[in-house]
Amino acid sequence: MARVELRNVGLNYHTEAGEVAALQDVNLTVQDQEFVAIVGQSGCGKSTLLSLVSGLLTPSRGEVTIDGNPVQGTSKRVGYMLQQDYLFEWRTILDNALLGLEIRKERTPEAVDEVREMLKTYGLGGFEHYYPSQLSGGMRQRVALIRTLATKPDVLLLDEPFSALDYQNRLSVGEEVVRILRERKKTVLMVTHDIPEAVSMANRVVVMTPRPGTIRSIHSIKMCDEGLSPLQTREVPEFREYFGAIWKELNADAEH
Amino acid sequence: MPNTDFSPEHLSYLRRRRLDTLTVRGTQILLVVGFFALWEIAASRGWINGFIFSQPTRIWAAVVRLASEGELWRHLGWTVGETVLGFSIGTAIGIVVAVLLWWSTFISKVMDPYIVVLNSVPKVALGPIFVVWLGTTITAVVAMAISVSIIVTIMMMHTGFKEVDPNQIKLVRTFGGTNGQVLRKVVIPASVPTMIAALKVNVGLSLVGTIVGEFLASKAGLGYLIIYGGQVFNMSLVMASVLLLLVVSVILYYAVTFLEERVSRGGA
Repeated sequence: MARVELRNVGLNYHTEAGEVAALQDVNLTVQDQEFVAIVGQSGCGKSTLLSLVSGLLTPSRGEVTIDGNPVQGTSKRVGYMLQQDYLFEWRTILDNALLGLEIRKERTPEAVDEVREMLKTYGLGGFEHYYPSQLSGGMRQRVALIRTLATKPDVLLLDEPFSALDYQNRLSVGEEVVRILRERKKTVLMVTHDIPEAVSMANRVVVMTPRPGTIRSIHSIKMCDEGLSPLQTREVPEFREYFGAIWKELNADAEH
Repeated sequence: MPNTDFSPEHLSYLRRRRLDTLTVRGTQILLVVGFFALWEIAASRGWINGFIFSQPTRIWAAVVRLASEGELWRHLGWTVGETVLGFSIGTAIGIVVAVLLWWSTFISKVMDPYIVVLNSVPKVALGPIFVVWLGTTITAVVAMAISVSIIVTIMMMHTGFKEVDPNQIKLVRTFGGTNGQVLRKVVIPASVPTMIAALKVNVGLSLVGTIVGEFLASKAGLGYLIIYGGQVFNMSLVMASVLLLLVVSVILYYAVTFLEERVSRGGA
């Protein structure tokens, strides 16, 4: 079943200096529980694409649908993880994790208990009343994930969610996040410029062209379908083949 | 647990640091004491005219006389009361206006040149206008205090609001947050440090407004005492009032600093 569908989507940015086509003729279907990674150079409109699915932006042309319904404004079905954790320094870990529920006016005692339980499950039990500055980068990213999951979205949009972490943490937090998202049967659309990250996590990797961004090719990655974790995937010989193919495509565009 | 078993090298470092602090404090105290001592000697030896320049013992006598007549607390009370009132109202209105400017880009664009002009006008020039409109009352003095502090509050707070990380705002928007929720959940809490900074500036500015107001339109307060003392050529009274004003401004400033520490400890 198609969870997310983009049909002939285009988006133009307007400034007084003129009009810039950020996206053009994007056609993409994401199946239920699929993990799709989007790679491309900076400025190819990949983050814009997430904003369109989230409903923060409206396309200039074409249509974005979730479960067949056109996206109109932000939806409860969709969770969005930004490039950094953006935890609020004036809130405790628990209150940060509850932010989304609070904004949606769904902060019920049962919901609070559920979030506490999630914090415990993901190694943050006992840190509920700490402040963000007292936690490590990896822990903060986990809090950000719980904040997103707390509102129970079906579709998760990840915008370079590990780019603020150092290499060691990026691998271990990535491993954990993928495990959690598979456990919870989420449909994921992730944007990254890190090819190995995309290949290690996704069922399919979408390669985008430079601006105006459109889909250049789509690579199906078999390791993810076989249930391998990101770290296991990096060990498989085919990993390098996928990497090489995608790298060549991106590099060809860069030489223009 | 910090290590308390220090090496001789570290102990000598600590000793030097302590000595350094003591020297600075000692010099500071010496400067004040020396200044007043020199003033006293110069006046009693006739190097300067004690009637024009006054002298510490006469100033002290003036303070004691004010206190014994019960006048001291009345004047202090007026000045502090008017300042706190002007300061509170000015800050409150300033923040509300800043929220309005943040809320509507249209209003903020329209108001921009007016705020710049109002900011560059010396507000004390408006004093006589307030006196004519509001009479020689506490209202005129408080209006003066408000007018001096309000524009700065608006500008500081509006700048603070605009400097809030747009990604933190985007985060609230991804959960479907409204303008009001963005304001309450992000913009206001993130601007608390700016608010404290504005309070610190305002306390001093409101005192300026209050004293000028009292110069023009009052029958009590330190500003009144200074003007009155000058008119009857009682320089000891003038000097005493100025020194009292110094004490008041320091106390008010530290009151805000105390508030700041309470808030920041509550937050983290």
